Amino acid sequence: MNEPMPLQSTSSTPVIALDSVTKTYQMGEVAVHALRGVSLTVQRGEYVAIIGASGSGKSTLMNIIGLLDRPTHGSYRIRGQEVSRLSKSAQADIRNREIGFVFQRFNLLPRTSAQAQVELPLFYAGVTGAKAKRRAVEALTRVGLAQRLDHRPDQLSGGQQQRVAIARALVTQPSLLLADEPTGALDSKTTAEILDLFDALHAQGLTLVVVTHEHAVAARAARVITISDGTVVSDASTRQKEE
Amino acid sequence: MRIMRYLGVALSNIGVNKLRSLLTMLGIIIGVAAVLTTLGIANGAANSITADIQQQGTNLLEVSDARGVGGSRLTTADARILGDRTEFPHFVGVAPAYSGNTTLVRNGVDVEARVQGVTGAYLTVSTIEVASGRFLNAADETHGARVAVLGSDLASDLFGAAEPLGQEVRIGGDLFTVVGVLKTSGGSRFFSNDTTAYVPLTIAQTRLFAAPFYRGERLVSSISIKVDDAYPLEQAEQDVEAALRLLHGLKLGDDNDFSIFNQASLLDLAAGVSTTLSVLLGGIGAISLLVGGIGIMNIMLVTVTERTNEIGLRRALGAHDRDILVQFLAEALVLCLLGGVIGVGLSFGIGALLSAIPAFPITIAIDATAVILALLVSSAAAILFGLYPALRATRLDPVEALRYE
Ligand SMILES: Nc1ncnc2c1ncn2[C@@H]1O[C@H](COP(=O)(O)OP(=O)(O)O)[C@@H](O)[C@H]1O
Ligand SMILES: [Mg+2]
Repeated sequence: MNEPMPLQSTSSTPVIALDSVTKTYQMGEVAVHALRGVSLTVQRGEYVAIIGASGSGKSTLMNIIGLLDRPTHGSYRIRGQEVSRLSKSAQADIRNREIGFVFQRFNLLPRTSAQAQVELPLFYAGVTGAKAKRRAVEALTRVGLAQRLDHRPDQLSGGQQQRVAIARALVTQPSLLLADEPTGALDSKTTAEILDLFDALHAQGLTLVVVTHEHAVAARAARVITISDGTVVSDASTRQKEE
Repeated sequence: MRIMRYLGVALSNIGVNKLRSLLTMLGIIIGVAAVLTTLGIANGAANSITADIQQQGTNLLEVSDARGVGGSRLTTADARILGDRTEFPHFVGVAPAYSGNTTLVRNGVDVEARVQGVTGAYLTVSTIEVASGRFLNAADETHGARVAVLGSDLASDLFGAAEPLGQEVRIGGDLFTVVGVLKTSGGSRFFSNDTTAYVPLTIAQTRLFAAPFYRGERLVSSISIKVDDAYPLEQAEQDVEAALRLLHGLKLGDDNDFSIFNQASLLDLAAGVSTTLSVLLGGIGAISLLVGGIGIMNIMLVTVTERTNEIGLRRALGAHDRDILVQFLAEALVLCLLGGVIGVGLSFGIGALLSAIPAFPITIAIDATAVILALLVSSAAAILFGLYPALRATRLDPVEALRYE
């Protein structure tokens, strides 16, 4: 079993904190500046949407937040710990423990039952057997799929598949749920269902960061960060406006 | 155990694409089955030759001329002297023979067969047994009797269901009376006794084949000598050599004009042939496993490419390099081992099938060492050929992998 890393986390420590993060892709002679100095913090329990046009740098930012990619410059802390320069292996452990991913295309394993899909992150955390099964069933129950444990992706609707993916993201009890265009492949009715589920999870205290190009989706978040051409152009709390 | 989980995952991945997995394993299956079956046949053949020789007795010497037909100097006189019990008390049977092929005719049925001129002593140096009637004896020899003893197949070819004993058969130009029929020897004889006719030596040398003379004596084709069990065969061989050199007037430094063959050396030969065959087949096996292994590597590379997206996902969920590596290695290992096990099963199946054919002369003997070796080699092939694709899988960039369609 993996021992949790000692993180100097207090209630006031942000879940994630980016400071002047840049990402430059070198395409031969040309340098593509995908991120030009992004600073942002997300506190525990926040529901944040990141919105921007296509090519604005959303996915690049997502990948850095999700430790799938490293920033060219700048600092990135998760619960106070600098993580951007950690080894590949240490980053894999943090991804496993701290971050739950939800993708546009669900990314479920073919011909694999919902329960087995959800057990997968636990396998990499060293949790197997009855304990893994119990936690997978709990997570699937949380997303309303308690009756679909043995269903394979081809036996589930798009909305149900995305729920399986959300259960898989939740099962390790991460500090942050990171969703990249989570409703991009869904119709408006199922989109509403998934967004309702996000609301419910947020209400239970989960920290969410949702990347989207749809304003309707972003509008459900309490805070909307707009990026354009690799920089944050606005960071607004929608609830405060309402109040 | 974690590794069991990986093997489980590998098994279910293989199960998902059954036909492709089977085709991938085919190289290994055929390689293992072919090697084990051929090794089994080689083993079985060696066993049966050994059994044959041991049945005949290993205390047997066979003298034949070393010069081909023209220059032979081995004669009836040599046999007579070697057969003198006061001179050679340890030679319990000395059987000269002169043989050739000719046509046997009876009631318009004619059969081309091997005819051996032998004396009664032949019974002591060979494995033949009389089924009915009697074998040739000393009286036949002294009276120049036109009598014959027939091998079982030859008897039925000539006489069908009729009783051959007392009947006449034309051999060469003369009529011979059948006085005996042999039991079927069957088995894996090199020369079958079942299709041979035996006649008195003198008759064969004079009437049938007109054997040439050497120093006033008729030539023989061979002299078989049975040595009593207490006497060392090497000693007997030296005795025969010394006697024949003297009889043939060879001087010191002259080469032997005859050769002596002993059954014990045939045993060594059989063992040697079996070892050589095993090494050869093992080599062919290694090559076929190499080909099978390349097949596995090819499919594993395809699998890694096909599952790029899955690898990206596993990365996102927290998989380390070693997790990805072990996953794909386990898959290659399961493919190879499964192929190996199926190959072993197949070889036993083929062995049982071949052994069930009555005409198949060999009992196939697949030994455990070969099976274990085949499985070990297939596992080694799996690691060897699975490693590169698995390493490729670990090198995939997670961002690229997740974007892969
Ligand atoms: N691997 C890469 N190599 C080069 N350029 C890239 C790469 N990934 C993204 N980019 C560029 O970086 C910019 C931001 O891309 P991205 O983060 O995918 O935007 P979004 O997700 O908002 O559409 C784009 O101009 C894109 O072409
Ligand atoms: Mg994008």
